[in-house]
Amino acid sequence: MSKTPLIEFKDITKRFGTHTVLKNVNLQIFEGEVTTIIGLSGSGKSVLLKHIIGLLKPDEGTIFFRGKSLSEMKKPEISSSLRQISYMFQGNALFDSLTVYDNIALPLKETTNLKKTEIDRRVMARIEQTELTEAVYRYPSELSGGMQKRVALARALITDPQIVLFDEPTTGQDPVRKNAILSMIAQYQRKFNFTAIMVSHEIPDVYFISNRILALYDKSIVFQGTPEELANFDHPFNDEVINSLESLQKELTGLYSQRKFKVLNHAQLKRGETGEDYCVVVFTLSDLDAVIASLGHDTAQEIIHAIGLYIDKHFGAIGGFSTRRKTNEFVTALPYSNMVEAEKIMNDFVKDFQEQGISDIWKEAQKRAPSDKCVDFAIRAGIAEGQPVTEIDSIIDLAESQQKEIGRVRCGAKE
Amino acid sequence: MAENEKNQYYPGSEEKPVPGMFLTWPFNFIGEKVIGGINILGMAIIFLCTALWKTFRPKQFSKVVHQVYYIGAGSTTIIMLVSLFTGMVLGLQSYHALSQFGAVGGLGALVSLSLIRELGPVLTAIMITARAGSAITAEVGIQRISEQIDALHTMRIDPFRYLISPRITAAIISFPLLTAVFDLIGIIGGYLTSVILLGLNAGVYSHSITSNVDMKDLTDGFIKAIVFAVIVATVCCYQGYFVHMRKDSHGAKAVGLATTSAVVTSCVLILVSDYVVTSLLLV
Repeated sequence: MSKTPLIEFKDITKRFGTHTVLKNVNLQIFEGEVTTIIGLSGSGKSVLLKHIIGLLKPDEGTIFFRGKSLSEMKKPEISSSLRQISYMFQGNALFDSLTVYDNIALPLKETTNLKKTEIDRRVMARIEQTELTEAVYRYPSELSGGMQKRVALARALITDPQIVLFDEPTTGQDPVRKNAILSMIAQYQRKFNFTAIMVSHEIPDVYFISNRILALYDKSIVFQGTPEELANFDHPFNDEVINSLESLQKELTGLYSQRKFKVLNHAQLKRGETGEDYCVVVFTLSDLDAVIASLGHDTAQEIIHAIGLYIDKHFGAIGGFSTRRKTNEFVTALPYSNMVEAEKIMNDFVKDFQEQGISDIWKEAQKRAPSDKCVDFAIRAGIAEGQPVTEIDSIIDLAESQQKEIGRVRCGAKE
Repeated sequence: MAENEKNQYYPGSEEKPVPGMFLTWPFNFIGEKVIGGINILGMAIIFLCTALWKTFRPKQFSKVVHQVYYIGAGSTTIIMLVSLFTGMVLGLQSYHALSQFGAVGGLGALVSLSLIRELGPVLTAIMITARAGSAITAEVGIQRISEQIDALHTMRIDPFRYLISPRITAAIISFPLLTAVFDLIGIIGGYLTSVILLGLNAGVYSHSITSNVDMKDLTDGFIKAIVFAVIVATVCCYQGYFVHMRKDSHGAKAVGLATTSAVVTSCVLILVSDYVVTSLLLV
């Protein structure tokens, strides 16, 4: 028996005047998952999200909450359902005449009868968790874009909601900060176990934290499934939306998306002679959670970003191509290289990496967020050889299983 | 129905008018405007009643006090300044006019009754509209366009209770108090010019006031102040709250136009309602 969706849209249509924004939208969102709605700008993603929280009402169709139609619910029941939901606005929607503390405390002050000391305790705990301690009594206009996002996130989480809606949480952020925010959402989702529904353009970064993807295209949901299933989705959406967003990502980071990586690998193998071997190297940043805990999301993402750039720069020069596979994992393909050649290339890489690379990465991270805090992290790498007939995922898994440490930073000193 | 809509002609529309429609479109146009006006009036009354009802909810006291400070205490200086010079010029003009008839003994009554019955409530309301009313529209309007009001909805905080009720209640408290300040300082202004500057006997001035001003004059003045408070606060909050529904513009420009519209509408309604309330009070 299939489980009941937490939220379900059935044939939802929304018009503004004569302009139809959503047409016969059908979707399902399940409890405890991170669901991301992707689509082009102006395709109606935010409108869709606003229907969930009740800011907009559909012209046609029904919205179900835990299997029960919202239109059939009585007012107190709707109110109690919607009370479980928090919303993080695209533009943050912070009250600019209130300090960070007051912004975060507002829902508790206005909707609960908690004592001031209890409100203080809860607000300060969230402020600490979102790394806003230094900004408690500052106003939103005095904060950077990233800090404002964190304030909005802290405010959304202050009432311990069961469902949190994120409307483009990474808009206007640089690539590192974008990943830091996504990483923060993923971390809090695991920590507080809420259901996250997110609207985002950040392809493929959102894949790393999402359990399900919903694709909004031409006013309707054209795809619902896992990020892996989306890769095999044969639809104009893939060409028009995914490709354009992935190309942008390539320009920003130098890394290919997983789908492009596989396509490129396939193309390279086809160009080579039949049966020619190739190698795959998998790099992993170990102890990512410890890095986040001691240095914060921004620095952790800066380290990951710097590793990605270093790998791409090194292997890109000799015909290799790379992708980011997980939040802390990169895969590089070395076409036309057998195991002996690949090991030689890797030995050179490790030598350079230990002499210079790891110091450069650490310096880059320090530039963004100078810290005296002690940090300990390692970079591991593993190689595996593959045949063109073998599925690349199994070669990547094999390489991952053969990883060993190629560099380590202990309290800011490289080893 | 669709056929009927198709046959309508609207001035400015690109569709070619059907012959004969020229006879009906003026009625259509006027009817549309009148019905629109009545709709807005109805919405504004519901807006006011909802806001007043929500004043009597928990956690409202501190918000009302804060708004009384902003609308009331914050406007005291400007009200005192305006009232002082109004009283002074009134004393000056009245002295020269009355001296021609040898009736300067009635100057205190003239100054005080003019201020208490008319100038005090009207000028106080206009000054608060200019200072606080415009700020209320702009503040609420910006909160609307920057999704802060939507954010309140998502946090299950009633925007009416949080934003509108305290402002309307604070206006109803502040307007009569500031009117009293205006009246008092205005009478002192009249004293300064007529007694200190022009040499009228101080006893004559004060006796003229105490013997001619009665309680009804004061209560009538305060009734007007309360009516103006309701009008100004409702118009200014309404314009800001529904700024996103304006058809003539969007965003920051809409906030600017809403602010202008709030000030102009408030001032016109103050003068119109002043006539209506005065007529009713004199019956």
